[in-house]
Amino acid sequence: MRKLLLLTTVLLVGLVFIGRLFYLQVYGGYDYNVYEDNAIRKVYNYPKRGYVYDRNGKLLVANQPSYDVMVIPREVEPMDSLEINEFCQLLKITREDYDKKLERATNYSPRLSSPFVSQLSKSDYAVLQEKMRKYEGFYIQKRSLRSYQTTIGANVLGDIGEVNRGIIAKQPYYRLGDLIGKQGIEQTYEKTLRGVKGIKFIQKDRFNKDIEPFKEGKLDTLPVPGKDITITIDAKLQAYGELLMTNKRGGIIAIEPSSGEILAMISGPSYNPNLLVGRDRSKNFSKLYNDSIAKPLFDRGLQAMYPPGSPFKTLNALVALQEGVVTEDERFSCSLGYRYGNRKMGCHAHRSPVNMNTGVSQSCNAYFANVYRRIIDKYDSPAEGMDNWSKHIKSFGLGNYLNNDLSVGQPGKVPSAETYDRGYGKNRWYTTFTISNAIGQGEVLATPIQLANMAAAIGNRGYYYTPHIIKNIEGEIIPLKFTTPKRTTIDKEHFEPVVQGMFDVYNKGTAEMLRVKGIDICGKTGTAENFAIIDSVKTQLTDHSIFVAFAPKDNPKIAIAVFVENGYFGSRFAGRMASLMIEYYIRGEITRKDMESFVLRYSLEHEYQKPFSGEPFGINRQTTLEAISEEEYQKLMRLKAEIPKL
Amino acid sequence: MLRENQRRFKFDWITIILFLLLVGFGYLNILSASHDGDIANYFDTSQLYGKQLIFIGLTFVLIIIILSFEAKFYERFASIIYLGALLALLGLFIFGKEINGARSWYGIGSMTLQPSEFAKFATALAVGKYISDLQTNMQTLKDQLRVVAIIFVPALFILLQNDAGSTIVYLAFFFVLYREGLQQIYLVMGLSLIVLAILGLKFGVLITALLATSILIISFFLRKKKKRESIFQYILVLLVAVGFSYGVKLFYEHGLKAHQQNRISLWLRLEKDPVKLERMKKAEAYNLIQSEQAISSGGLVGKGFLQGTRTTGKFVPEQETDYIFSTVGEEWGFLGSSIVVLLFVFLIIRILYLAEAQKSQFSRVYGYGVASILFVHFTINIGMVMGLIPTVGIPLPFFSYGGSGLWGFTILLFIFVKLDSNKINEW
Ligand SMILES: [Zn+2]
Repeated sequence: MRKLLLLTTVLLVGLVFIGRLFYLQVYGGYDYNVYEDNAIRKVYNYPKRGYVYDRNGKLLVANQPSYDVMVIPREVEPMDSLEINEFCQLLKITREDYDKKLERATNYSPRLSSPFVSQLSKSDYAVLQEKMRKYEGFYIQKRSLRSYQTTIGANVLGDIGEVNRGIIAKQPYYRLGDLIGKQGIEQTYEKTLRGVKGIKFIQKDRFNKDIEPFKEGKLDTLPVPGKDITITIDAKLQAYGELLMTNKRGGIIAIEPSSGEILAMISGPSYNPNLLVGRDRSKNFSKLYNDSIAKPLFDRGLQAMYPPGSPFKTLNALVALQEGVVTEDERFSCSLGYRYGNRKMGCHAHRSPVNMNTGVSQSCNAYFANVYRRIIDKYDSPAEGMDNWSKHIKSFGLGNYLNNDLSVGQPGKVPSAETYDRGYGKNRWYTTFTISNAIGQGEVLATPIQLANMAAAIGNRGYYYTPHIIKNIEGEIIPLKFTTPKRTTIDKEHFEPVVQGMFDVYNKGTAEMLRVKGIDICGKTGTAENFAIIDSVKTQLTDHSIFVAFAPKDNPKIAIAVFVENGYFGSRFAGRMASLMIEYYIRGEITRKDMESFVLRYSLEHEYQKPFSGEPFGINRQTTLEAISEEEYQKLMRLKAEIPKL
Repeated sequence: MLRENQRRFKFDWITIILFLLLVGFGYLNILSASHDGDIANYFDTSQLYGKQLIFIGLTFVLIIIILSFEAKFYERFASIIYLGALLALLGLFIFGKEINGARSWYGIGSMTLQPSEFAKFATALAVGKYISDLQTNMQTLKDQLRVVAIIFVPALFILLQNDAGSTIVYLAFFFVLYREGLQQIYLVMGLSLIVLAILGLKFGVLITALLATSILIISFFLRKKKKRESIFQYILVLLVAVGFSYGVKLFYEHGLKAHQQNRISLWLRLEKDPVKLERMKKAEAYNLIQSEQAISSGGLVGKGFLQGTRTTGKFVPEQETDYIFSTVGEEWGFLGSSIVVLLFVFLIIRILYLAEAQKSQFSRVYGYGVASILFVHFTINIGMVMGLIPTVGIPLPFFSYGGSGLWGFTILLFIFVKLDSNKINEW
């Protein structure tokens, strides 16, 4: 027995070794990663990134070549300081930069390539290219950068920038130095626009000279060019919207109701997309990113959630008709408001009692408080009634992500029984606790794009298409979810009285002065109270101005939501801007010059300075309008004259 | 004249041929791994392959010298040779030259000599001498401890010189002691401790404790009632087992250097965080990844002599020395690598076979020592190069570049060849 221990162990080890050799060499079990293999040179060939066109075929985004100097630290030959200085001069960097960059690249990986100097100018590239062979371990990688053919739509178009390590860890397609869509459509359509880069594997010898294609080039791939896309944006409407938003903050979303296509998507303040191209990208990006006051990177059309206010009343009217708790002729009286228990919801002065049409056009709070109570109290418990109401409201795309193709978004909020159960306890709340929902305040929150979509659904009399920005992808059909209508829970016949009410808002209601001759606009004004914390005191600021509309009344071509921060009452800024946008889109020119010059001439910048002034300030009624200088105004008018040339 | 002839042919030619094959094939691979494009002069001593050729030439001189001594000489002078080796190791603390953090070399001009390579055969001689002494009884604890001391002292010196790899080789003597009568229980204990250490690191002390408890309970009930030990003994065993496994864990966490810890962590796949794992691989597994890539790229028949792109491209660090087997893998493929493995297996088994046939206990013990030392080197080196065991830097006998190693193994082997040739005279 004792003689056998070593003998058997030797045989066993021999067997294991031969097994392991078989596994590695014959079976091919070694988890070989050619990208990690420093004996193989990887030569990347980046395809053209797809172009972006607007709905009318106008080219918005094209490409320009760019050259990066890349480094593989392990392969850098030692140079004397004279040579290094010469190299630094060519690269236009300092000696300290050189050492720092080299150290950073080495820390990342001595064997993998990382960008050394990104995005050389064409002239620098021309000079450098001839001398590059002198510098072992460095090489030039050609890439394609964006070239914006326009100064508008920064929030729509987005931009591309270098991938970070977090992305590389999750998506191994990307290597350090690659570019990836960072915002907007560049982000959502990254894969379509990007194409697939080609790669050649080349066996190196120990002097880093190429010997032969690795495995006879069997693993090599050709680049697949990115696809061109057409987006639903109307560049002229977008430009006009951005012009109107000058000196204001807020968002405008315009949708084509018959398709769900987003015609314009404005977020103010805006910035020139060309700022985020080339070597200055990160500097400019930080500047935009760190602007915590104007927040230019915050897309107000998609991300700003506010209580929708009065425009929301239209939905309550629709739900009431659907539930059969009220007829369009039934009248409710209003004496400057609605009393419940010992509380009162105020209203403005108007004739009383009102039916549905007047309720909508006069935006009567008492009318909707009555209607809302009937909707909820139709059921045995408020909880049941609330959930039923909630289901109707959500069918308009409120209270959840729209699930579209935009890079950012917010779900908004539609309360359900659970919301109040959490707040008050199960069965410990009554309809009156939730009465603000009647007038779109309280727990309801919506983004401008949700409100525009709601307007589209009303204009369509009961259905909508998920708002989207892609119109056409070269050689592909766009996702089915964008071309399939989504039905609301309200039957078609219930829409007429509400549409008529919205039409009367323009005819004889709160937006009478915004009428545009020859275009039947249906709309609804709104305001949202808002607060800021100033020196740790919750302070009310001037109301946000909201307006929701669609036009024409029958077979609408455009549905729109405008939202202006601290714009005060709905018709002042938001209403005017909505009417102007509608006219500009439908007619191609502006007849209401008075409205246009009002919007362009008056700035809200002073309003935005108030919370930071450190001095006491008035809001709403106590605000004044401040005009921009004549010179600036003329500049805006010149910009307007440029739009048709787009 | 006739006597001379007879004597020459008493040498075990199978062993000698296996030795020659290994040294010769080793040289070819060193040539591959170290040449710089054109080989103008095979004797160019500025190149490693040129130096190795000189080492090999001197090896034959060494062999003639070893074989010309009387066989009795080695037994008689075993203690003196052993003491000489110890002195050489001790001298390192004063005169030693530090290379790669280990103080294991004497520098003589441009040459270096590594005494630990010679301490192995000296220890094998001393162990043989002590065990074969008529007064030694390997069943007694006292004598067991003395033999262990003989083995332990050089091992300790080498460890203190920061050469952990060479220290591990001394575990080889366990096979010798076991063959010479060390109780079965030591084998069981040794294996149990290895298993406990690995389980404790891999699955934690708690699971190891649960496992040990269940095994002990099962063995308790399987045991015949009459032979059953008391329950307290079982509890004691359990406590020792858990304590040991905990101790190993503590040692792993606090006693090891960072790179040693990482190597074990990589081997047992202890690190779950992918980012840390990647960093660890970059720091510790670079050689291994290159080596495995080189071996894997060899395929069935290899890329051919001097044709290995990774070998000639010098992508595997230390390829002439510890990682020489990766050259075999790339250039000679599965067939060539398997032949090398088989040559080693044959050589070790041949030595074992001869050792068992010895009449004198000294020769047998020494022969066992030779087989065990070669076996441990072979297992650790090739196992490491193929990623089967954690990275431990020791050479592949007869293959790796280096004079000290080659000479040390040659002396180790040929003293046994000499002893074996003398067995007829040992009536
Ligand atoms: Zn009223």
